[in-house]
Amino acid sequence: MTSIAISKPVHPRARDQLRFITCGSVDDGKSTLIGRLLHDSKMIYQDQLAAVKRDSIRHGSADIDFALLVDGLEAEREQGITIDVAYRFFTTSRRSFMVADTPGHEQYTRNMATGASNAQLAIILIDARKGALVQTRRHSFICSLLGIRHVVLAVNKIDLVAYSKVAFDRSVASYLAFAAGLGFSSIVPIPISARHGDNVVDRSAHTKWYNGPCLIEHLESVDIQSDTASQAFRFPVQWVNRPDPDFRGYAGSVASGRISAGDDVVVAASGRTTRIKRIVTQDGDLVHAEAGDAVTITLEDQIDIGRGDLLSRPTERPSVADQFAAYLIWMDSDPLAPGRNYILRIGSQTVAGSVTAIRYRIDVNTCEHLAAETLSLNEIAFCNVATALPAAFDPYDVNRKTGSFIVIDRFTNRTVGAGMIAFPLRRATNVSWRAPSVGRSERAALKHQRPCVVWFTGLSGAGKSTIANLVDQKLLAMSRHAMLLDGDDLRNGLNADLGFSKAERVENIRRAGQVAKLMLDSGLIVICSFISPYRSERDMVRSLIGKDEFVEVFVDTPIEECARRDPKGLYSKAKAGEIKNFTGIDASYEAPIRPEIHLRTTEQTPEQAAEVVIAAVMARTLLCDERR
Amino acid sequence: MREVAAEFKRPVMLYSIGKDSSVLLHIAIKAFYPAKLPFPLLHVDTTWKFREMISFRDATAKRLGVELIVHVNEEGIARGINPIDSGSALHTQVMKTDALKQALELYGFDAALGGARRDEEKSRAKERILSFRSAGHVWDPRNQRPELWSLFNTRIRTGESMRVFAMSNWTELDVWEYIMLEKIPVVPLYFAKQRPTVRRNGTTIMVDDRRLPLNCDETPQMRMIRFRTLGCYPLSGAIESDATTIEDVVAEMQTASVSERQGRLIDTDEAASMEKKKREGYF
Repeated sequence: MTSIAISKPVHPRARDQLRFITCGSVDDGKSTLIGRLLHDSKMIYQDQLAAVKRDSIRHGSADIDFALLVDGLEAEREQGITIDVAYRFFTTSRRSFMVADTPGHEQYTRNMATGASNAQLAIILIDARKGALVQTRRHSFICSLLGIRHVVLAVNKIDLVAYSKVAFDRSVASYLAFAAGLGFSSIVPIPISARHGDNVVDRSAHTKWYNGPCLIEHLESVDIQSDTASQAFRFPVQWVNRPDPDFRGYAGSVASGRISAGDDVVVAASGRTTRIKRIVTQDGDLVHAEAGDAVTITLEDQIDIGRGDLLSRPTERPSVADQFAAYLIWMDSDPLAPGRNYILRIGSQTVAGSVTAIRYRIDVNTCEHLAAETLSLNEIAFCNVATALPAAFDPYDVNRKTGSFIVIDRFTNRTVGAGMIAFPLRRATNVSWRAPSVGRSERAALKHQRPCVVWFTGLSGAGKSTIANLVDQKLLAMSRHAMLLDGDDLRNGLNADLGFSKAERVENIRRAGQVAKLMLDSGLIVICSFISPYRSERDMVRSLIGKDEFVEVFVDTPIEECARRDPKGLYSKAKAGEIKNFTGIDASYEAPIRPEIHLRTTEQTPEQAAEVVIAAVMARTLLCDERR
Repeated sequence: MREVAAEFKRPVMLYSIGKDSSVLLHIAIKAFYPAKLPFPLLHVDTTWKFREMISFRDATAKRLGVELIVHVNEEGIARGINPIDSGSALHTQVMKTDALKQALELYGFDAALGGARRDEEKSRAKERILSFRSAGHVWDPRNQRPELWSLFNTRIRTGESMRVFAMSNWTELDVWEYIMLEKIPVVPLYFAKQRPTVRRNGTTIMVDDRRLPLNCDETPQMRMIRFRTLGCYPLSGAIESDATTIEDVVAEMQTASVSERQGRLIDTDEAASMEKKKREGYF
């Protein structure tokens, strides 16, 4: 919200802007249609048109190929397909338009969702010869999910079916049957030929049987009801403005609603209330601010507010919860791992979070609900999401700005998912943490030791269990209270229900981390031995335990050496294809970047390695002994 | 813009002295008021800019009290690179693209705000608002992060950087209308005046100083001209115009039949030339 992008200047003639997307399958003619709209609304300059004429001849077409006006990137010009979202602008006397040209083929559906996220209307193209295709349905569903309520069904290439009313009616009927359940408030079917311009800017003489508006007439007049100013007031704090000790302002853009100086406001997360003192701009203070205004607010009381806080009226508060249900579109080639720790961006709030459960996956072609353990690129699911701290939000269908979020992978930093919040889950308030009257330090003091978690990670056969066992024995000999948690042992009991898929490995480590934490709290030195192949899960455990109590031990053994040792005969089975998802063979291992202890088993005996670990653990304990 | 100031360690605003930069700067000042700009301006000077641009730049920095960093690729100067003998492609590569990379690395900037717009050119239309650049400042159009709603993913690793196009969704006409509304000062070269010019390959070039070599049959002629886009003077084509005020310019814009980049000699070198430059790190 409160964006990096500056909103458009307010025009003296108050021309409003319609943002729309075009979507459809490959070769339905999206780029051609946009090129046609730009050309016929006189937005193409002579020099651009001349360049396209030259290019059309080079690409082998005799007429002007309007798609060449909009297909910007070299690669797609060669392949003849659009591979990314392109934004185009044109203006008529009645409205200005921003068009997102979104790709049709399957692997780029994430771009379509991107284009739809900021659009108020969708033009869905279908080929009059083919009718609604699987892709068409997928795109319509995404438009609906992203909150688009107005659809133009452009039945294109009507010239190729001899301007037939029968073909048009058939296409429309097939589409309406599917779109009935998608909640669009208007669907306007128009027969067009993007190539020849029929019913685009001017009504066509070839379709006398059609009495509706041509495309541009409809786009100019459709009522998009984007009156966000009448909604509940929401102000996400983007930046704290403190030029000097006397001024403390909160900068941001009003996401929805309006506010006046003197009005009461509440900080969503803390529940603290105060009053608007001034609405500051460089051109002087304002009395009111409303949706879209970028302002700096000062408050009557000095209360703790930072970037990410959301201001509202006390009478119209957003939800504040650390769990919610949401629709999630997965946008990355690495699948979603439930339980894995991701970064969520909800408005200007950035919080750690994870998908705790996939309630169901949605087949976009049939709208069927399917069971799923993970989500792959372009898949959509209804999920439960948990955040590390309570977040403030609204349901997406009430407020697109405060109800949307993106999911970022901690390590690749890629945007891997996009979500739309459906409702808060109240469980957070029902299960509150008991503040323990006897804590970790009291229990640890009884044992005269400083508890910690020693986490061994490495390939199967690297020597983790061997070294961990030695460490356990040595600690016992030194009268230290330790407990060994071994991956294989846990998989026989607590985790007996889990297999070895990526999602199940994540859950395996999540449970192990939770058990380790309970043991840590009871004052024990917890020795954990898990392959734990993913960096993000190890880091999740690290943040769960606390970095001061977490000792990551990387048992570094080259895979050739592990395979040679093969203590459990697993490598030979994996190579023979008898075991799937075997780390190092057909599942990846992400080595620690900066482990607390790095053991190289080809250079050290297990005995030496165990001594290194003991020395590190005792260094911590001794430190604790001295303090007492 | 505030997002950039809040999320990045060392942001900078690229200031090209053009109309878009003027608008961007004006908005930045407003966005952070009453605080001062929390980042410096960076001008990559090719040493071939119009003299009026340089004096306007210095006057603007002084008037607004902002920190201005001017960077020149001294290595390029030493190699004698210039737009006349080296050709526009090499000159742009060395004195703009390479110079920008040098400056970003020299000062350790991790986010560079610029005024580029999606309506300028075809490959720009697909640009993100937050455009991710790998450690070598390389733009990979196939590996850009999806941008939904106004939720931006600002996470980068050390050495990587972000180019931020805050005015992506503005059009040329929007820019002029905003300049008119907010009375933003711009370089006088945008307004028509009698100026010494020569015609070459159908383009009108202003003779800004003695460095422009004249052919024996060329004598500079006074013409009533203005510029729609400003760059290095030997590479910027003027248009004949009588638009001497901002109102005239807006009126002229509404009836324009050629694109603004037509006057830019760097785009016409070869098809898809802008995309190539961008992949190499051009802004």
